[in-house]
Amino acid sequence: MPAMNMLQALNSAMDVLLDKHPETVIFGEDSGYFGGVFGATQGLQKKYGLDRVFDAPINEAAIAAMAIGMAAKGLKPIAEIQFADYIFPAFDQIVSEMSRLRYRSAGEFVSPVVVRAPWGGGIRGGQTHSMSPEAFFTHVPGVKVVVPSNPYDAKGMLIAASEGDDPVIFFEPKRIYNGPFDGVPDAPLSSWAKHPKGEVPEGHYRVELGKAEIVREGEACTVITYGTLVHVAVNAAAKAGIDAEIIDLKTLAPYDIETITASVNKTGRVVVAHEAPRTSGFGAELAAQIQEECFYALEAPIFRLTGWDTPYPHAHEWAYFPGQARFIRALQTVTEAR
Amino acid sequence: MSNGQSRFHVPAPPFRPGDAPDFSHLDLQKAGEAKRPDPLTAPAKMTDLAFGMIGVLDHNHQAVGEWDPRLSPEVLREGLSHMVLTRIYDARMLKLQRQGKMSFYMKSLGEEAVAVAGAMALEQSDMVFPSYRQQGILFARGRNIVDMMCHCISNSRDNLKGRQLPVHYTWAEGNFFSISGNLGTQFPQAVGYAMGCAYKGEDTIAASWIGDGTTAAPDFHAAMTLASTYRAPVILNVVNNQWAISTYEGIAKGDAATFASKGLGYGLASLRVDGNDFLAIYAATKWAADRARKGCGATFIELFTYRADAHSTSDDPARYRPKNEFEVWPLGDPIERLKNHLIGLGEWDEDRHAKLEEQMTALVVKSYKEAESHGTLHDGPLSPTHTIFEDVYATEDWRLRRQRQDLGV
Ligand SMILES: Cc1ncc(C[n+]2csc(CCOP(=O)(O)OP(=O)(O)O)c2C)c(N)n1
Repeated sequence: MPAMNMLQALNSAMDVLLDKHPETVIFGEDSGYFGGVFGATQGLQKKYGLDRVFDAPINEAAIAAMAIGMAAKGLKPIAEIQFADYIFPAFDQIVSEMSRLRYRSAGEFVSPVVVRAPWGGGIRGGQTHSMSPEAFFTHVPGVKVVVPSNPYDAKGMLIAASEGDDPVIFFEPKRIYNGPFDGVPDAPLSSWAKHPKGEVPEGHYRVELGKAEIVREGEACTVITYGTLVHVAVNAAAKAGIDAEIIDLKTLAPYDIETITASVNKTGRVVVAHEAPRTSGFGAELAAQIQEECFYALEAPIFRLTGWDTPYPHAHEWAYFPGQARFIRALQTVTEAR
Repeated sequence: MSNGQSRFHVPAPPFRPGDAPDFSHLDLQKAGEAKRPDPLTAPAKMTDLAFGMIGVLDHNHQAVGEWDPRLSPEVLREGLSHMVLTRIYDARMLKLQRQGKMSFYMKSLGEEAVAVAGAMALEQSDMVFPSYRQQGILFARGRNIVDMMCHCISNSRDNLKGRQLPVHYTWAEGNFFSISGNLGTQFPQAVGYAMGCAYKGEDTIAASWIGDGTTAAPDFHAAMTLASTYRAPVILNVVNNQWAISTYEGIAKGDAATFASKGLGYGLASLRVDGNDFLAIYAATKWAADRARKGCGATFIELFTYRADAHSTSDDPARYRPKNEFEVWPLGDPIERLKNHLIGLGEWDEDRHAKLEEQMTALVVKSYKEAESHGTLHDGPLSPTHTIFEDVYATEDWRLRRQRQDLGV
């Protein structure tokens, strides 16, 4: 099996989809000739032609709407929003249209679109290239929301998303496009090459949506997170010497409640972690659901480790990002609470 | 225009309640005057069509000029019949709404030709992305009236399981896209659909309609950009009925341009059409469909008409415009005009017209009885309660399963 970074894995997923399904079309700003500003669609236009992989105008509402219309005609569009921060112009088309077409038409029309967007901070993108707006979308009935944390899942989940029957918002943690990130900003750049999830099959495979994965087993507490922070959590637990169980959620809507409750019932202590601001963030949903289902197993208050309730500040990016030091403190707080 | 000084400017309609409306300021091109270029002509070579007015029926109800589609009397009578049905259906539904049988209703009084002629000039296999005021398309395409009513009263036979506000129809079998309550969203979706048709190498096309007020929405510009960029086989119609609830057309476009002229900057073939002239709408739509099928891309059409009744059952137009405005409005009543044209041809008469109206009234009354036998919003039966959890996703996940069990359904 070849080693791939997340971008190569995503590219490979789209290559497989274009090859296997003639109704697959891919478009977005700079996605065609240039292959995307991060290179996720590189080479695909050359291989499959201008009518399969093409550039779209800078109008995110148009991109989403075009995808909806195409899907209604039986195509399988994969639309790229250049940065997740720019998904808001498309918000109405996603929230009011794409998500609800099946419901509003009682199944007469469907809209199985995949919207891909580079997501999250950690690349010095400032407030307009760093957002993680997942909670806006997990609040919307009818869309699935995915955040993979490694090349293997990224490819398998993108294929599953495109081959499924529902609209999927597919957020790609751009900080870990090229390699995992331990949450220490000055540490040397790592690569996916020696990571087990960097081994990616060339051909077709799926990773089922809606399933979480326990990436580290432990007894002392449960960490529930997704995306870049999965790697920060793993490193923080090792560094702190805390026997934490770490769950990579992978799909946020619908999230895998069974894996969560089984782990929390075992450990009795919980950290929910995300980069997005704290108030009404996805961690709030997790905390509420856990206290409903596991209240009597809890031995400490649920700890929310999140970004602050501010936009992502450019110069103070690492004060905003829940890096390794904050993670270690969170783990200590939760495990030491009596 | 200006006294040489910058001033804050908000355009206002020429008449308000109490004023005597007078449309003599409108410089409308006469029927028959507009040239009809070959459909394959480059948009830049026919920009005059965006400022003039394509009309076929003249003041004497005769068909004149190059745009006359030369339709057979059978087709004209069919169009008349769909328009009459639309008007009678609307009137009846309004009455039922007033009696509390329906929560809400929207009529298309005065603009029946827009939907009926547009639909008749398209193929049944072409997908339409309408707004809420093109119910005439459903009649022209032969939608079962009982089904339409069952939707409006959200009963057990509502094909939308009681999920949509009345008049927000969906009919996939008839290639009638699901109507959204969010204005304008269907405009760029129609372009995407049309691109899908082209992608699949089919010669079906898409057509969409929005109101004049909705041209101000971002989705309008999204659609125009997509349509021109990808040369999509689509017809984008703006129904300029001059009012967006209480807001007059100038608030969406200022008080100088025409809506049709907005298409020119996008490089789209752009036509301004008499929206109360069945023949002109038919001819323009056919021409645009021809262009689309021949690979010349999109056409943008402004249909100049007038919303003769209230915006919806929640609106009272007497509070913002003169009551008799429609009567003095120069383009008349689309049904009267087609009727008189047919009479002039010796293909119709008042007796036959009265009989048609009687027939349609009877059909509507009978259909409503049948619709009501499947339940009403007020008294039920409705679709089973568990259906509220259906069709959110292709398959129910644990969240919906648990919530459905919570509700005990
Ligand atoms: C996005 C959005 N904003 C506001 C509304 C409320 N609304 C419903 S109809 C309407 C006026 C529309 O006017 P126009 O586009 O001219 O169409 P017409 O009703 O005249 O056919 C408004 C503001 C809405 N449905 N959707």
